[in-house]
Amino acid sequence: MDDLLGKLGVLVIGIVAFAAVVGVVLFLADKAPKRGRDFIQLLAFTAPAIILLLVGLVYPALRTIYLSFFDRRGENFIGLRNYEWMFTQPEILTVLGNTLLWVVLVPTVSTVVGLAYAVFIDKSRGEKALKALVFMPMAISFVGAGIIWRFIYEYRAEGFEQIGLLNQILVWVGAEPQQFLVNSPWNNVFLIIVMIWIQTGFAMVLLSAAIKGVSIETIEAARLDGANAWQSFWNVTVPAIRPTIIVVVTTITIATLKVFDIVRAMTGGQFSTSVIANEMYTQTFVRTEFGQGAALAVVLFIMVLPIVIYNVRSLAKQREIR
Amino acid sequence: MSVQGFATTTSAVTTAGSGKARRVKQSLTSPWATAAAILIAVIWTIPTFGLFVSSLRPAGDIRSTGWWTVFVNPSFSLENYESVLFATGASSANLGSYFLNSFVITIPSVVFPLVIGTMAAYAFAWIPFRGSSWIFVGIFALQIVPLQMALIPLLQIFSQALGISGTFPAVWIAHTIFGLPLCIFLLHNFISEIPRDVIEAARVDGANHTQIFFRIIVPLSLPALASIGIFQFLWVWNDLLVALVFSGGTADVAPLTQRLAEMVGNFGRNTHLLPAGAFVALIVPLIVFFALQRYFVRGLLAGSTKG
Repeated sequence: MDDLLGKLGVLVIGIVAFAAVVGVVLFLADKAPKRGRDFIQLLAFTAPAIILLLVGLVYPALRTIYLSFFDRRGENFIGLRNYEWMFTQPEILTVLGNTLLWVVLVPTVSTVVGLAYAVFIDKSRGEKALKALVFMPMAISFVGAGIIWRFIYEYRAEGFEQIGLLNQILVWVGAEPQQFLVNSPWNNVFLIIVMIWIQTGFAMVLLSAAIKGVSIETIEAARLDGANAWQSFWNVTVPAIRPTIIVVVTTITIATLKVFDIVRAMTGGQFSTSVIANEMYTQTFVRTEFGQGAALAVVLFIMVLPIVIYNVRSLAKQREIR
Repeated sequence: MSVQGFATTTSAVTTAGSGKARRVKQSLTSPWATAAAILIAVIWTIPTFGLFVSSLRPAGDIRSTGWWTVFVNPSFSLENYESVLFATGASSANLGSYFLNSFVITIPSVVFPLVIGTMAAYAFAWIPFRGSSWIFVGIFALQIVPLQMALIPLLQIFSQALGISGTFPAVWIAHTIFGLPLCIFLLHNFISEIPRDVIEAARVDGANHTQIFFRIIVPLSLPALASIGIFQFLWVWNDLLVALVFSGGTADVAPLTQRLAEMVGNFGRNTHLLPAGAFVALIVPLIVFFALQRYFVRGLLAGSTKG
């Protein structure tokens, strides 16, 4: 009970303090003297966001790059040795390889399954409910998903009653039960399936909306020209929804590169299943190797960088057109 | 996107399309496509359904048999929920306390970035100033930067300069910062679409920026705020990394996800508690999701069609 009241107290104080600060800032902006009022008001509106982003993202990102050239405590400059370490340690090379596997499999499979599903259920009866079923994992935390799938993959030695569905199915068809999360390298694939399970709904919802935006006339014209369903899908629908496909693939790719929770909750990175984000956490906060952790974060950033540049360029183009 | 990948999953479509020229609307809804859709729906639903069934079974049953056996010998109990939520003791799950923490973390972490983000989005959309475009594009780019890049130095700022590491405000501020770029970007897309006439009219009447903000921008942005708010809610409620780094990991501050991740770490001992525990954590986002699905989808579409 004390626990409850204390925490609710913190919550109320936090919200009230925040409202007071914002209120005072906007009130002062409102009452600013005529001279320079525009500038003061501009400052009042943008400064909170810009200060937070500078202090909380821009400076830390730059500092992480800086730290990646220093030793574990950030005291002595050691040049590229953290990066050298990364690309020579067999375990870290496995981590990099795993990350690549994730980045190749998750966006492709999620997008393909999501698109196929969106097409299959398009304009069918109960479309909304069918969508909700596949979309639902989006609302589930990665940790929750990790637990759900731990039970699917759970292993009991042969001869004992299985409590994991997948092994039970293996037993039913007469095969030997497997330790899905232990046997490398296939255990990576079983972790990746969890991410695909989550991301497919995202792909499906966006692609479904895009498909509905393709004009029926174009498709009908193609059909009159003698194209079959597959041809008109491949030659008319897919090119029309290409921008959405790109958005879906890049968004899922970024999410996949950063994936941490699934690995953390399911294997903790053991049995050669670690990925960059998880390894970065382990190095930094478990082994307190700040330099090596920072170097891993920088590599993650470099992997995302092409997507950042691509998106920024298309955004800049869009704003010019406006 | 590989063409090969397409070929494997769309074989159903090709076989379906070989039929006569039916109406375009039904072009792809053949028995094969329907069967494939149902198969996908079932595969996607069974894992969650199985966990739900497990959570309602007696502890001994969870450990000894699979959840599907309830269809042969049904036996249910709520004891798992009781013990994860209310049991006290050093080794108990104590999820009640973490559940509360999740709320205390989530509410300000949704409100703060929405408020600050709306203010900034308004300025970028309607207050012309030099460098506005550049700053906006920069903020957009930040949205994609992995937050792993910021963790170590931000933690140092919190623990050394501010001394708030391991408290609720630390987690709030971290979530606010990490949520801001997306909030600003999405809200800007929305706010810049407000008709110029509406804002010009208010200016002619003598309204300044603060007045325009409260009388026009906020009321008109409510649908967008709802969508983005749901997003931020799900993201904060479901987050593990930020919580692990900034909350200190104790029952005083850490959220449900952190405790659950800890419990999975000792899967063998917690096997019977985990289904109920996971469902306690799932229930809030699932309610939010099903109740507000419309806004959620709208938010998703707004975020991506422009990006």
